[in-house]
Amino acid sequence: MNCCCEANSKPFDKLDPVFDKYKNKPGSLISVLQEAQELYGYLSMETLEYIAKNIGVEASKVHGVATFYTQFRLKPVGKYLIMLCKGTACHVNGANLIEEAICEELSIREGETTEDKLFTLNNVACLGCCSLSPVMMINGETFGKLTSAKTKEILRELKERQSSDQEVDTL
Amino acid sequence: MEMYRSHVMICKGTGCNSAGSERIAQNFEAELKKHGLENEVVVERTGCFGLCALGPIVIIYPEASFYSQVKPEDVEEIVKEHLLKGRVVKRLLYAETVAEDKIKSINEVDFYKKQVRVALRNCGVINPENIDEYIAFDGYKAIEKVLTTMTPAEVIDVVKRSGLRGRGGGGFPTGLKWEFASKSVNDKKYVLCNADEGDPGAFMDRSVLEGDPHAIIEAMTIAAYAIGADQGYVYCRAEYPIAVKRLTIAINQAREYGLLGDNILGTGFKFDMEVRLGAGAFVCGEETALIASIEGERGMPRPRPPFPAVKGLFGKPTILNNVETYANIPQIFLNGPEWFASMGTEKSKGTKVFALGGKINNTGLVEIPMGTTMREVIFEIGGGIPNGKKYKAAQTGGPSGGCIPAEHLDVEIDYDNLIALGSMMGSGGLIVMDEDNCMVDIARYFLDFTVDESCGKCTPCREGTKRMLEILDKITEGKGEKGDIEMLETLAHTIKNASLCGLGQTAPNPVLSTLTYFRDEYEAHIKDKKCPAGVCQGLAKYFVIEEKCKGCGICAKQCPVSCISGKPKTPYVIDSAKCVKCGVCLEKCPFKAIVKQ
Ligand SMILES: Cc1cc2nc3c(=O)[nH]c(=O)nc-3n(C[C@H](O)[C@H](O)[C@H](O)COP(=O)(O)O)c2cc1C
Ligand code: FES
Repeated sequence: MNCCCEANSKPFDKLDPVFDKYKNKPGSLISVLQEAQELYGYLSMETLEYIAKNIGVEASKVHGVATFYTQFRLKPVGKYLIMLCKGTACHVNGANLIEEAICEELSIREGETTEDKLFTLNNVACLGCCSLSPVMMINGETFGKLTSAKTKEILRELKERQSSDQEVDTL
Repeated sequence: MEMYRSHVMICKGTGCNSAGSERIAQNFEAELKKHGLENEVVVERTGCFGLCALGPIVIIYPEASFYSQVKPEDVEEIVKEHLLKGRVVKRLLYAETVAEDKIKSINEVDFYKKQVRVALRNCGVINPENIDEYIAFDGYKAIEKVLTTMTPAEVIDVVKRSGLRGRGGGGFPTGLKWEFASKSVNDKKYVLCNADEGDPGAFMDRSVLEGDPHAIIEAMTIAAYAIGADQGYVYCRAEYPIAVKRLTIAINQAREYGLLGDNILGTGFKFDMEVRLGAGAFVCGEETALIASIEGERGMPRPRPPFPAVKGLFGKPTILNNVETYANIPQIFLNGPEWFASMGTEKSKGTKVFALGGKINNTGLVEIPMGTTMREVIFEIGGGIPNGKKYKAAQTGGPSGGCIPAEHLDVEIDYDNLIALGSMMGSGGLIVMDEDNCMVDIARYFLDFTVDESCGKCTPCREGTKRMLEILDKITEGKGEKGDIEMLETLAHTIKNASLCGLGQTAPNPVLSTLTYFRDEYEAHIKDKKCPAGVCQGLAKYFVIEEKCKGCGICAKQCPVSCISGKPKTPYVIDSAKCVKCGVCLEKCPFKAIVKQ
């Protein structure tokens, strides 16, 4: 059996090297949070408390910083993180219609994750490829010159890929 | 460096990269190997060439053939024809470079003709991950000159005489800022670089960092010498992974070459720097908020004075400059302040980089001398508006700026002229809008952005912008009333006067500017309940097309507010006064006889 209780007893082991790295650097709370999010995908309450204890900063301050910056996620994200550009260039080229298409296809709104934990939608400002606007990025891959139809097609393809992956898994 | 007979330069800026330029680079490498050319032809991954609209772009030297919209499957042909047989593949060349009888140099085409590349000079020219290439293009010569032949006071004097003003938006004279910090006496000082680039829709700073990171390191070292600092930080947006990666590589290379560290170029001067990632807060572009963020705090601004030049990072004297400001510095020392001051207008010297976006043909990055007109930028360099549409306005300065309508297209771009028009230079985002864009919607868009980004510390900004957004929401939903415009104006002036930092002080600008030039659009929304551009959903109207309606009555049965009436077998009618625009009728009509307008 694949028991994970041992791993669970020390779930934050991975953070120790991060604490060492920033030990003597002033003002590194944000960097620590960034690395923690990189490691765990998001920052749970427990993670925040653990960080507070270990770097000697009050938990309230850690929480304050984590909620101030939009980069930090306090909830887990889906397998596919959709970053929809809502920058000016994308806005004038109809990013709202793309958002509508995504919401319709996945029945989620900005900031939410689908029930099957497959997709999370995040709006971001300018991804820097305005020449391709409207643009969205899914797990680092850029999709440009979007239309509602194209967007839905992309999402459907990802869903299909997922279900065929699952079939392979169960075989 | 090795010698090659041909150089294949592939743009790996964010735009081209997103369009697949890495695949193209890999295909080139594979094809060259297949033909045994890998020792004769080198593939270089460079920064942005500027003409992002036609990406992915590949330039082959020494011919300087400019291939645009290259696809991975085109690579084989380019290698076989161009690199093996020496025949340029005309069909893939950027059309503007192909004249009837000859192939024009890239500098002759409209997009590049009027540009002067100072801050962007190395972007697309060198491989940013190779310090030797930067050095081959006069890199680190300026710092050598500064450290071996000049005193800090002389350095500051040169920057002052160049007339360089901050490119981050405010336009504060850079030399003066350095002088203030140099006069603060302290054992520790800091040099910061603002690479937070918060304007949504702008990517100048990112392109400089991606294409020429060593220029920033060199400039920050010069600044450190001028004010007597030994530590620097670049505060960079976390959303810029390529820029962060290249800058980090560059810093490590500079350390290896003794260009950063304890004894720079053997002169005993000490300076080092590191990259700090922003965490996604627009307000962190403001200097005191940025400093708080580097200290690991919430990025909230504080009142000034004391100015950072006196009391900045960790309470020590600090200067903060924008990426593009720094990118100009090495050139000023190499070519002299007089050369720099010879470009531009009386009060704005040098060049400015703009990110062209929106409804414009040549989206991309351009660098023009100050004093170039808006018309030249949009219609000559930018190639005008796509699909034969009409120009309506250009927005500069992002959420802090305003718009330039058609009647002011001939304005010469500089700090003061743009402010006089109610806009501002900003960091360089330039978004073009055509007749299909609604100006009330644009104002609402920017307000929505600032409401989201307001840090919440001061009341006028936190509450005031929210009230303005509510009014704009009402107007765009078709519920605007008499007095709304006046209320917007009153709120705008209060927020401008009473806010703590630049975010609040400039947040109402997009509304004020659109009210100045496009008041009629606001009035159409409020009085006639119409969105002239047809953008605002709430003002959409539903109609029955009489010819298509069979009079089945399904729509009337489905309508939740009973606003559809008629007799069976004759066309039905929608009462738009009662209609809530839910769209059910349109969805349910079996004959597609209902339309939205
Ligand atoms: C709300 C706000 C956002 C700002 N965002 C940026 C930014 O993204 N990049 C930048 O360089 N300057 C930004 N600034 C201006 C900086 O506060 C600062 O003036 C500038 O970085 C100084 O550098 P410079 O003199 O070289 O322009 C912003 C200012 C405010 C008030
Ligand atoms: S505005 Fe969307 S990529 Fe720039």
